[in-house]
This record gives sequence, structure tokens and C-alpha cells, in this order.
Amino acid sequence: MATQLIQLTGVSKNYRKGRETVRVLDGISLGIDKGDFVGLMGPSGSGKTTLLNLLGGLDKPTEGLVEVDGRVISALSPGALAKWRSSNIGFIFQFYNLLPVLTAARNVALPLLLTSLPASRRKQHVNTALQLVGLTERASHYPRELSGGQEQRVAIARAIVSDPPILLCDEPTGDLDRSTADEIMDLLQRLNRDYGKTIVMVTHDPRAASFAHRVLHLDKGELGAPPEETPGAPGGTSP
Amino acid sequence: MNRFTLIWRNLWRKPIRTVFTMLAVLVVFFLFTVLEGLRIALSLSDVGIEAQERLLTSHKVSLIMMLPAAYQSRIARLPGVAAVSHGTWFGGRYQDNPEFAQYPVVAEEYLALNPEIKLSSAQRQAWLANRGGAIVGRPVASQYGWEVGDRVPLRSSIWTRNNGSNVWEFDIEGIFDDTDAGMNAGVVLFHYDYFDEARAFGKGTVGWYVSKGDGSMPIENLMASIDAEFENSPAETKTNTEAAFAQEYAQQFGNIGLIVTLILSAVVFMILLVTGHTMAQSVRERIHEMGVLKTLGFTSGSIFRLTVLEGLLLILPVGILAMALGRAALAFVSGAMGAMFPAGLHVGTQSVVLGLALMLAVSLGSVLPPVIRALKLDIVALLRTA
Repeated sequence: MATQLIQLTGVSKNYRKGRETVRVLDGISLGIDKGDFVGLMGPSGSGKTTLLNLLGGLDKPTEGLVEVDGRVISALSPGALAKWRSSNIGFIFQFYNLLPVLTAARNVALPLLLTSLPASRRKQHVNTALQLVGLTERASHYPRELSGGQEQRVAIARAIVSDPPILLCDEPTGDLDRSTADEIMDLLQRLNRDYGKTIVMVTHDPRAASFAHRVLHLDKGELGAPPEETPGAPGGTSP
Repeated sequence: MNRFTLIWRNLWRKPIRTVFTMLAVLVVFFLFTVLEGLRIALSLSDVGIEAQERLLTSHKVSLIMMLPAAYQSRIARLPGVAAVSHGTWFGGRYQDNPEFAQYPVVAEEYLALNPEIKLSSAQRQAWLANRGGAIVGRPVASQYGWEVGDRVPLRSSIWTRNNGSNVWEFDIEGIFDDTDAGMNAGVVLFHYDYFDEARAFGKGTVGWYVSKGDGSMPIENLMASIDAEFENSPAETKTNTEAAFAQEYAQQFGNIGLIVTLILSAVVFMILLVTGHTMAQSVRERIHEMGVLKTLGFTSGSIFRLTVLEGLLLILPVGILAMALGRAALAFVSGAMGAMFPAGLHVGTQSVVLGLALMLAVSLGSVLPPVIRALKLDIVALLRTA
């Protein structure tokens, strides 16, 4: 029986836009099991990224609860939330968000600066992560010296280097060509299948979404259909 | 990879900008140090304790007006006066060099009143024994390459000899150090008797009197009593401490010093503004990356510390190097122009502390506003910035 890792209960999010209050998420309730791979689709402005930010503790809901592994993260202080994020969440962005002044290996090492690991262990972790994404030979390259696909692999290595249980991906293939996107999706699928990472991925691309176990549709701040009714492509075979 | 690597790599994000910023900082704090040295030298603000206790009595109208030599015994008789001697401005120059200080004095009296003049007893005896002898402050001897035994000609702009010449020759009998680094540090002292006998005019007069109290009355009362003694006489006097006199004397350079100080201060201020702006811009360019770091789990506090340390690393080492270079430059100029700056050109602890405070102010003043503004934004807003 699958264990529920993430639970959202009645989550709403409002933003102020001048004098107007915009409701971006409206009473979302959702459960995500440990080891699940969830695709989140929907039109622009439907609240996908906002939902992802709430799951990752980057933002707080206006109403409702966000629980991860039994802990209500929406109630944590900014400092506690930062600490929680560093050990529980790996983020993968559309535009990679690597620091241009650091080499691939140093970018990957960034999250480990927040741990108490000694330098030798940190180096070991970085090598393992780079090996896993197949970029060992590019370790000393700067982001500007890498292709988009390679940059995204470095970003994935950075996301997994401290071995967080959850990976949150915001359009991870949005800036890549089809074959590179497939490589990235294969990699995410492997992380889910072989390493048990729970993945929540925002995407516009049905092809990328097909790698997920299930796909949720978000529209105007509401989940469009129960997750069971919008299955993805379990097993992740490319269409 | 550690946090210092992150700071260091961020510092060199745009190497040309960093190098130019560092050069600007180097120039600013080099100029600051040299300026401070000049300001201190021109204000004579660090004259020693002896100069604060010694009194100097000059003509009430102007220092260039002479006083009768007979005043010495009248001052000596006043209650509270322990010792009195005198000096006169000679106004000489060596070869084509600028005029510097030389005083004809009564040797033993003057040395007794100026214990900060350190002269070996052999040289002292030699000077006392030679009417045409002189002793020289070390900065002057160093600048002109004079040694004991040399015979040096000085051309006076005031005093002509009985034979009509204004060139006076002196045998260097001693080179002294001034432990106060005050007014005597860069002077030539020679015998008043020889001078008075050989000058064509002004015999029996002196430029000023130097006296010291016996401690029986406050120094202000003693000054008032000396001036009261000569009130309503043809040559009324004005008495002040030697330190205060030095300040007044320095004011003749003061206007030039003030102008130089104002111009250079404006230059320093402008470069500081440009440097601060560049540093602030460098922080602003990284606001999105701050969002990335926060996403990874860095707290606002740790990002704040990283950025502030980077700002300090950009300014402090270069600033300290610049101040060290400035001090070396002052020492060099001081050695080469000892007669012009007898007390030497140097900056004290106060100036160093001021310099360090300025470095901190520039560093923190340019980094703090953008970083605080950035860290007030939530992560989502930070990530949205381009």
C-alpha cells in the first residue's frame, strides 16, 4: 500500500494586483503518494507554478494546509522552511538557474554547503550526482560552455545531490528540443523508478506529461478532474 | 567548494569591472592617506608636549618685527618664569632650494629650553667651542647630504653681513634628532653672538623670546603677565604657547592646504560614489540568483553575510594596501623634502582608523541597500526578476 507523502487540504492562494485580489488557486485538495510521478498541466495562468511553489515551500497558501510527510510546512517560519527545503526538495527549473560564475561541479555542490558534510564527502556526492546524469567529463565546465540539455542535467544533479525525497520540476523540457527533452524525461523517469524520487512536474508538453504516472489538469485555479480519471502513461514509454 | 569559493567567484564575476573598482579603491585610499599626511603636516597638529608648555613671545604687530634684546632680562625677572631665551628668523636658503628655518640662538640657553633636541655631548661641545658653528636637524642634513665637518653657505633673504654680502657660511658641528618631531626638527641653529656681530643692521634685537614657567602659576596667567610687562611700550608683545604659535604659523600654508584638501576630497568623494555605484550595481544584477540560492535552502541571513563579505573583500584588502603605499610615499617625500616638512609626513592611528571606517562605510553603504531590498522580496518575486 502506497504511503501518502504530500497532502494539500483546501489550499487557496490569492495575489494582490493593485487594488484587485486575484484568486490563483481555489480550494485545492490533493494527495500525492511516495514514489509517485505526477504531471501538472493546464493553460497559462491556471496556477500550476503557484501550486508547485506551495508544494516546495517557496510560497505560503492564503488558506488551507500543505503537509509533507506529516509536517504542515505552510506553518513553518522562513528559516525553518529554508532548512526543510534544503533537505527535502530538489528544484528543476525551465531555464536551469545555474550560477554562471560556478563550474558544473560547483553548481552541483551548492546545496551541500548547507550540510555539515566534510569537503571530501561533498566531493564524493557531487561526483555521484554528475555520474548519474552522465556529465562527469563536464564537471569543470561553466554553464556558458554547456548545451541546454547539459545545463538541465547539471540542474538535475544539483537537485538530487543532497538526496531529497521530492523533486519539483517546472517545465523541465520547456527550453529544449525534442530529443534532448526525451533524454531529460528518461533521466527523471529513472530517478523516479530506480531511486524512488517523488516527482511533481509542471509542463505544457503532453509528450513530457506522458512520462508521468498520472496527470492533473489545473484550470482557473481548480483541479479539473480527479487524478484517477486523467491517467498519464504509466511506465513512461515515449509516445 | 566552500562558501569562500562562492564569494570569490562572485567577486570575479566581471573581472574587468572588479579590477577597475579595485584600482579606483586603490587610488582613493592612496590619495586619502597622502592627504591626511599633508593635512597633519600643514596643521602641525601633532606638535609635542614640550611645545605645549613652552611660551613664545613675539612682537604684537607681526612676527617679522623685532624685539629689543633687553626684554630677555625683564622676562626672566617676572614671577613664575623659570628660563628664557630667544630666536630670530634668518630666512636662508641653500643653493637654489626653497627657504627653510634657521635660527641664531644662545646655544646653552636654547638647548636647556628645548630638551627634545638630542645632540651628542661631543658635538655639543664642538658647537659651543666654534662661534661660526651650527647644528642641523636630521631631516635637513638628510635632504642636503650635509655631514659633520662640512662648511655650508646659506643665502639670507633678510640679513646682510657687515661686508654687504648676504651669504653666511657655517661649520656643521652636529646633527641632532628632535624627539618631539616638532618645530625644531628641521632647523639649523647657530650662535646669536656671531650673527649679531656680523649683521649689518638690527643689532641688539631678536625675533622672539622662548620661555618656560616654573609651575607656580597657570600658563595663561604667565602669558598675560609677560604681555602686561611690555604694554604701552614701543614694542608691545604677544605671548602664546609654542604649539599655538606653530598653528598660527602653519596658517600661512593653511589656505593652500585647505584648497588642496578640498579639491582632493572632492575627487575622493566622486571616486567613492562611482565605486559604490558599481558595487551596488553588481549586487542588483544578482537578485535572481539570490532567489535561486533561497530556493536551494540558503536563508536570507546567509545570503546577506555572503554579499556583505564580498563587498568587504573587494574594498578592505585593496584599501589597506593603498594606505600602506600612501604611507610609503609619505615616508619617501618626507626623506626627500625634510627641510620643507621638518616634522615629517606621516599618518597616525587616528587617520588609519578613519581610513578603515571609510572603507567599511563604502563597502557596507553600497552593498546593504540593494541586498536588504532584495531579501525583503519573497522567493517567487526574486525568481521572477530577470
